[in-house]
Amino acid sequence: MTEVALAQPENLPVGPVGRHGVGYWGVATLVASEAALFSYLLFAYYYTGATAQPGWLLEIRPDLSLALPNTILLLASSFVAWFGERGVLNQHRGQALVGFAGAFIMGTVFVLVQWFEWKAKAFSIGTSSYASLYFVTTGFHIAHVLVGLLVLVALFVWTALDYFSPRRRLTVSAGVLYWHFVDIVWVFVFTTYYVTPYLGFGQ
Amino acid sequence: MRVADYRTPSVGIDSVGHEARLLRLWETAPGLKGFFGSVDHKQIGIRYIVTAFVLLALGGIEALVMRVQLATPGGTLLTPEQYNQLFSTHGMTMIFLYASPILSGFSNYLWPLLLGSRDMAFPRLNAFGYWVYLASAAFMYAGFLMGNGPNDGWFNYVPYASRDYNPGLNQDFYALGMVFLGISTTVGAANFIVTAFRTRAPGMSINRMPILIWGTLTASAANLVVVPAVSLAFFLLWLDRQFGTHFFDNAHGGQPLLWQHLFWIFGHPWVYAIVLPAMGMVSDGLPVFCRRPLVGYSLVALSTVATMIFGFGVWVHHMFATGLPGLGLSFFSGASIAIVIPSAVAVFAWLATIWLGRPVITTAFLFFSSMILLFVIGGVSGFMTASVPVDWQLTDTYFVVAHLHYVLIGINVFPVMGAVYFWFPKLSGRMLDEKLGRWNFWIAFVGFNLAFLPMHLTGLLGMPRRVYTYHEGMGWDTLNMITSVGSFVFAAGVLLVFVNVWKSLKAGARAGDNPWDAPTLEWATSSPPPPYNFAVLPTVASRHPLWEDRLGDEPALSSLNKGLLLDQGKETIGTSALDAEPDMILEMPADSYAPVLLTVGLSILFVGLLCKAWMIVGVAIVMTAAALLFWMWPRRQLLEREPV
Amino acid sequence: MKSAPLAFLDAAGTRADTILPLTWFTVIVSVVVCLVIALLLWVGVRRRQTSGVADIRSVPVQRGGDGLRWISVGLLISAVPLLITLVWTMVALAKVAGPPRDAALTLDVTGHQWWWEVRYNSALPAEVFTTANEIHIPTGVPVLVRLHGGDVIHSFWVPKLSGKTDTIPGQTNLSWMQARLPGRYRGACNEFCGSQHANMAFEVVAEPPEDYERWRAAQLEAAPDPTSQPQIRGLALVEYRCGLCHQVRGTRAGAVSAPDLTHVMSRQMIASGTVPNTPGNLAAWIQNAQAVKPNSLMPNQYLSGDQLSDVLAYVETLK
Repeated sequence: MTEVALAQPENLPVGPVGRHGVGYWGVATLVASEAALFSYLLFAYYYTGATAQPGWLLEIRPDLSLALPNTILLLASSFVAWFGERGVLNQHRGQALVGFAGAFIMGTVFVLVQWFEWKAKAFSIGTSSYASLYFVTTGFHIAHVLVGLLVLVALFVWTALDYFSPRRRLTVSAGVLYWHFVDIVWVFVFTTYYVTPYLGFGQ
Repeated sequence: MRVADYRTPSVGIDSVGHEARLLRLWETAPGLKGFFGSVDHKQIGIRYIVTAFVLLALGGIEALVMRVQLATPGGTLLTPEQYNQLFSTHGMTMIFLYASPILSGFSNYLWPLLLGSRDMAFPRLNAFGYWVYLASAAFMYAGFLMGNGPNDGWFNYVPYASRDYNPGLNQDFYALGMVFLGISTTVGAANFIVTAFRTRAPGMSINRMPILIWGTLTASAANLVVVPAVSLAFFLLWLDRQFGTHFFDNAHGGQPLLWQHLFWIFGHPWVYAIVLPAMGMVSDGLPVFCRRPLVGYSLVALSTVATMIFGFGVWVHHMFATGLPGLGLSFFSGASIAIVIPSAVAVFAWLATIWLGRPVITTAFLFFSSMILLFVIGGVSGFMTASVPVDWQLTDTYFVVAHLHYVLIGINVFPVMGAVYFWFPKLSGRMLDEKLGRWNFWIAFVGFNLAFLPMHLTGLLGMPRRVYTYHEGMGWDTLNMITSVGSFVFAAGVLLVFVNVWKSLKAGARAGDNPWDAPTLEWATSSPPPPYNFAVLPTVASRHPLWEDRLGDEPALSSLNKGLLLDQGKETIGTSALDAEPDMILEMPADSYAPVLLTVGLSILFVGLLCKAWMIVGVAIVMTAAALLFWMWPRRQLLEREPV
Repeated sequence: MKSAPLAFLDAAGTRADTILPLTWFTVIVSVVVCLVIALLLWVGVRRRQTSGVADIRSVPVQRGGDGLRWISVGLLISAVPLLITLVWTMVALAKVAGPPRDAALTLDVTGHQWWWEVRYNSALPAEVFTTANEIHIPTGVPVLVRLHGGDVIHSFWVPKLSGKTDTIPGQTNLSWMQARLPGRYRGACNEFCGSQHANMAFEVVAEPPEDYERWRAAQLEAAPDPTSQPQIRGLALVEYRCGLCHQVRGTRAGAVSAPDLTHVMSRQMIASGTVPNTPGNLAAWIQNAQAVKPNSLMPNQYLSGDQLSDVLAYVETLK
């Protein structure tokens, strides 16, 4: 006599609990798609550079005096955002607000420093393919940072309004995941444009 | 009253009161809110299907006009520029605005029903995907109707696409339109992936999912990571054209071949994405009419994934004539030959299913089984061009045009027509006319082969593709005439699908829940299904829940009449990725204006970009951000925030 | 296959010769596969079929049979021609890819919208000359073709001699051909390049070496001086008008953005293989190029009747 399979689950979470929920998966797929986008941008750089004439690289030794500290700042902001997320987890609203605000400020400084760097470059977007690639790739990144800043503002406001708790905070985790993505992608962009010339690429 | 964080969901059987409760919760709102804000996957699916078929008809008309021009040498119906816009728009329409959206439409409609669920994982995102598709199609066609349609083929090579050689707005409409459309494809892909892994019926482990799920899931995973390549390519093209960047122009260090690489890294996986779901339809539909389960389910599922993975590694076979070094050519040639193996698994599985089954001839069966032959014909011409030296004679000739039409029409359009005959009863509650269906099938089948089989010879005799005319005495005259005649016959066949649908919507015989005695879950609910799909969520114990009593070979039976009721809100069950064990109760959003508002914002943004009207762009960005914020605002009903 | 000028199935050159047997093999395999599958499908459907949807519930659902064997046998059988094709492809590719090290002649071919510029190279600078659209080569020796992109991507393809290779701006692609038999072989641009992609044909004329040498010597000559009054007037017009784009060596017409016309009457076709080079067609082309080849970069000339006949009188001397 074959029995009938019948699912009778007990005590299921209702709605998203913690990081467990479809929304987190959704942001993760978005992150995967955007990561692919950046990988194609970097592919464009490496392909163009590998098939280019000598002299393609406009900066044989890119200036790291602004870019390196800026990179460290951005990576640190990920820790600060994580700190904020922990605040939500442990129900310390003050910590959360400090974390999100701190990450926001650090991200804003990053944008300003990058803007300053752009203005200081000896070339403009239309100078050559290298220049176009540099500005458009870092530009795409800044666009993602700006979106991330908006996300941090939203998280700050919603946290201030007491929306979240250790259980109900998927939005926070998803938002912070996006911020981490923005920071990790920068490591790849930075390495490509600022480090590989020192290793001999493009010459 | 605070909603409990945890709950043991009640399990029981259906009742009138229960259905009334569910109807109140799930029915789409009346009036404008329902029309613009519906999040019901069935309504969205039907919108996708209807829109895609409209675009199929437009693309078909474009093709017929071209075939009149090419029926005789020295045709004068069209100027070169008109012809070039027609063939480019035809390609863009069919490949981007029909082939993928039609499969999205069927998948959107069917997936939750196949999975024993109440909706897709992200209903608002689903609606958004449709509105963006509609808006981007309108955007691109606006260009065409203004005489500014794409004019460099659907793959749009630079430098011809650059501003120096193409100063009009044609390319800008196409480039921005494609970036816009890419948003729809990407969000659709994300939705399918999360739905497949998180919202299956309890017990529907990953090896019990219908092959259509495997097909669309694989296509979606691929699309998620390759659509950015083409969106980027088009965006960089637009920058080169309008902002003086130098990605593709070699005068300033740019690389024309960069376009081809980015495009084909997307393009080749894309062509698998527009056939694998359709192959899944055949894998699910054909066995019904052979009265037996699909032969080799696991192999077919795995070969679906394997084909896609191989599909990432063959893109250079579109670039064999570009002067690449021999080692690279050899690798891609080898991979392109090897990919025949996973694709062939499905063919043999289908043939075996027919041979080891008892075929029941219906129109759906005819479409599903004939596509096997068309698949193979398309496949062998692909195999021929996979060999580099042979490709050096055949690429960019009508041989490739024959190949691509056999694979696209044979592995997408024919299965889709079969899908219409198969699932129309479920969607509408009525049967299509079988007699008309037989005429439909044979006219389409004969017409298609009449048009495209001779085309292989046309290509072997050297006719280049994308030519608005040809000279007498090249040996192509008769062949082109036959192709042109066949194309009209084929068009009549496709038209008959629409005629049959139109007729049957009003006067077709009523269909019950399961007119085909099919095994999968969509046939376990009414035709058409109620807004909530299943009053009682099934527990699944096999691949063929509705055949278990006949096959009798499973250790347990699925439970269709008794199961989770989930009527405390607009709810469905969330399950684990591999084994589909229930692990959360999902609260689903109500109808919402957010998706359409966001689409309006994006539409204004893209129009602003096209016109380079920066004020409009600024306003659009603000609108878009506001709509996004409105959408993402944590809601109590969805349990995204604490009740205060 | 005289009736199919662009068919490669009657190969006449070394590269095309190598490609052809592999092509036939894949064609035969393909046709056989299609026939076998069609047969399997037809028989499979017919042997135990029932018709009619009303009956569907009366046809019982069942499992059974060794379906997996179908898949394994099918894959195994499929693998054989695939493997053969793979190996044969690599062998043919090695043979066909070239280019040969001992090329008797090197041509620099540049694809333009919508014509072909052909420069004949030589170790002696004085023996370098440029022509357009009609390429003569000696039979029996490898000819290296360096391909350059003039504006957009075109593709150089003369099927009876060789497969196609693109001309891409910013890089030089190498191709080669070796004609086995003398003959006039049609070529075509094979990458969509704009309005007149359909009318960008060319001809490769393979001749026995002595004939080729005679042709080459003639091509090296500058244009003859005009002798009659109409020809003198015609030359003046050609220098003044045509010389804005065209070159006629030995005159003041020296621009290089359009085909070299020094020996235009030695070519059998004009407008890049679009129409035969007859007096009527030539007149029509000069006067109203846009009607012959819409959007081509040759503007209509709007010459008076007398002017046109003078120009023709001069051009007729450019043999």
